[in-house]
Amino acid sequence: MGATPTSFTGWVSFLLESFGPQFVKGTITTLELAFAGTVLGCLLGFLVGIVQSITVDRHSSPISRVLVKVLKAIVAVYVEVFRGTPMMVQAMVIYYGSAQAYGIDLNPFVSGVLVLSLNTGAYMAESVRGAITGIDPGQLEGAYAIGFTHVQAMTRVIIPQAFRNLIPQIGNMFISSIKDTSVLNVISVTELYFIGRGVSSAYYRFFETFFIISMIYLFLTFVTSRLLAIMERRLDGARDYELVTDPEAEVA
Amino acid sequence: MADAILRVEHLGKSFGAHEVLRDIDFSVNKGEVISIIGSSGSGKSTLLRCINMLEEPSAGTIYFEGRPISYAPKDKSAFRAQVGMVFQSFNLFNNMTVLKNCMVGVEVVRKDSKEEAEARAKKYLRQVGMYAYQNAKPAQLSGGQKQRVAIARALCMKPDVILFDEPTSALDPEMVGEVLEVIKELANEGMTMVIVTHEMLFARDISTRVVFMDQGVIVEEGPPEQLFNHPEHQRTADFLSRYRNG
Repeated sequence: MGATPTSFTGWVSFLLESFGPQFVKGTITTLELAFAGTVLGCLLGFLVGIVQSITVDRHSSPISRVLVKVLKAIVAVYVEVFRGTPMMVQAMVIYYGSAQAYGIDLNPFVSGVLVLSLNTGAYMAESVRGAITGIDPGQLEGAYAIGFTHVQAMTRVIIPQAFRNLIPQIGNMFISSIKDTSVLNVISVTELYFIGRGVSSAYYRFFETFFIISMIYLFLTFVTSRLLAIMERRLDGARDYELVTDPEAEVA
Repeated sequence: MADAILRVEHLGKSFGAHEVLRDIDFSVNKGEVISIIGSSGSGKSTLLRCINMLEEPSAGTIYFEGRPISYAPKDKSAFRAQVGMVFQSFNLFNNMTVLKNCMVGVEVVRKDSKEEAEARAKKYLRQVGMYAYQNAKPAQLSGGQKQRVAIARALCMKPDVILFDEPTSALDPEMVGEVLEVIKELANEGMTMVIVTHEMLFARDISTRVVFMDQGVIVEEGPPEQLFNHPEHQRTADFLSRYRNG
């Protein structure tokens, strides 16, 4: 082994050179986890939020009333449990619990995605419910008035508008997920933080290693928030519209 | 009575202890244009909302083409598809263009083809003078323009009757005329309509019958010239004089 670095910057470049592929691998794993967790979590959050905003009245059939009651109870328990316990603990329970109690051998990555999705879903559910109830009630009345059923009104009118309003929140969840993947090191998911622990103990350079790791996290979250801002602007569509000339209009 | 599209019998509506409508008897015959007038809080809008099932009556029955209406979710949508509603606050779908607003009900509820929906949407947008704006979003339109689109959207469903809930009350004065003009044209074509309005001159011009409501009851109803010129009840006369001097 050649001369070991003596300065902070020396160590940083030495570590980057020696462990570059591992940092890249950790970064990719972290991004994969965060992406899968956010997408699945948002889907879950939308489902739960929609269930929470279902209304039944005395004209609904008894079966649907019971069904809605049961569904609402299930999702309420789910939200309470996952918002009310630390993610690190959930990771342990799910990863070791699935093996011990059910004999299912989930690999750490799959367990990690599961934990992230369930967490994101629990937090998103409340935002989705808020976004749905926050839409002007007139939108729902307008939909009912042309004969839409509740489901049609939700899928065609309310949820598209709620979704647009939720994009900043989805962005927040993605950024949180990028950072939260770090707690999955407890179940040995080879994400960035886990890689950092390995690298730092090779030469006992904790400060330099975790400086690199923190810069990578910062880079990921910064780029993500910029991309989301662009996406939001795109989704709003054109500010202008073209007037259409009527082919059947009489020529003056 | 044979021609009655809608018939309301002994309708009552309470919000908690507050009684908004009391023992309302009211019917709409084919081809009639009925204006409902009365001061704010007299129950006019609630009556209209009960007819379109946006509120559920506490008492009484509503008949549509002779049969009592059913509140089962499926029957509710079928009924509403046949009874158009135009709101004070327009309630256009903010996530759709003008054209799509008019098409969506035809496609989803009436299950007509996309081509049919588009053709009909364009036809009625042309009629209300909004053809040129078909690619605009509701947020890009003025109040009067929005309301004209809302009327086109209701027409696309080919309703048997259209209910108007104060269609011009949220509009700037200079936009009221363009909306009333569209409604007037519909009246001339023989569309059956029930209009809750504060526009007395308009009510007098286009109605075949005027209904005056006060404190949750129908005080009197009759042809416009009779109700406006020779009201039978003191309450009607008081209300109308407030408007004349107002």
